Amino acid sequence: MSKMTLTTEGDTDVVVTRHFAAKPEALYRAHTEPALIQQWMLGPEGWTMPVCISEAKPGGKIRYEWTNGKKGFYLTGEYLEVNPYSRIVHVERMHLPDPTPDNHVETRFDPNGAGTLMTIRMTLPDAQTRAAMLATGMERGMEASYVRLEGILE
Amino acid sequence: MDLATDLNAAFSALADPTRRAIVARLAQGEATVMELAEPFEMSQPAISQHLKVLERAGLVVHRVDGTKRPRRLAKAGIDAMDKWLAMLRKALEANYERLDTLLANMESRKKGEQ
Repeated sequence: MSKMTLTTEGDTDVVVTRHFAAKPEALYRAHTEPALIQQWMLGPEGWTMPVCISEAKPGGKIRYEWTNGKKGFYLTGEYLEVNPYSRIVHVERMHLPDPTPDNHVETRFDPNGAGTLMTIRMTLPDAQTRAAMLATGMERGMEASYVRLEGILE
Repeated sequence: MDLATDLNAAFSALADPTRRAIVARLAQGEATVMELAEPFEMSQPAISQHLKVLERAGLVVHRVDGTKRPRRLAKAGIDAMDKWLAMLRKALEANYERLDTLLANMESRKKGEQ
């Protein structure tokens, strides 16, 4: 199984890819159905997602709340485009508690052999925001959308 | 400065393409301002400004050699960024490993229903 890749593109984009053994339909459901999202989108050990709202339709709301029992934070967003089971476009922002600038996210699930190649493209408003995101230290790795040092130096 | 402040300065410094190119050049070894200015269509004072930002961010240090001030990468600053990114990467990979397990369970449940 190919491992995850993380690269920066241009001044504002971060691209993540990963191969999964499952079919695109399963990946799509795991990214849009609250009961499934709550089981995996958790970041480091010890964190849970007690609140998960995901209305997978254009204009539908997103709200994820995480806690480790002592502290917590949350994310809000809106779905822009939803193409079952191949593509999701949404915007999201973290509340720490002040909201971060909007992160525009396109998620694709393309059939790849017997499984799926997932490609996530995150577009930030500007280079400074991308840099700040990398440094802020979100507990949930996804929003931090870090890159390897090689990626930054390229 | 605490670690978060250091990292914030470091990532902000690297948001600029010229400064990324300077860091990439210094990764190959020490260089003077003149040597660093050469590949860019920029004046030496402009390069010096970029170097100041990188020094304040803890990514570059200089030594005194006569009238020259050769620059090199600050290992501690680079290592701190590297460790931070590795940690975030691990958190994301942990998510996807959980997702692998969840997807496998979804698949076997579906087979069970058939």
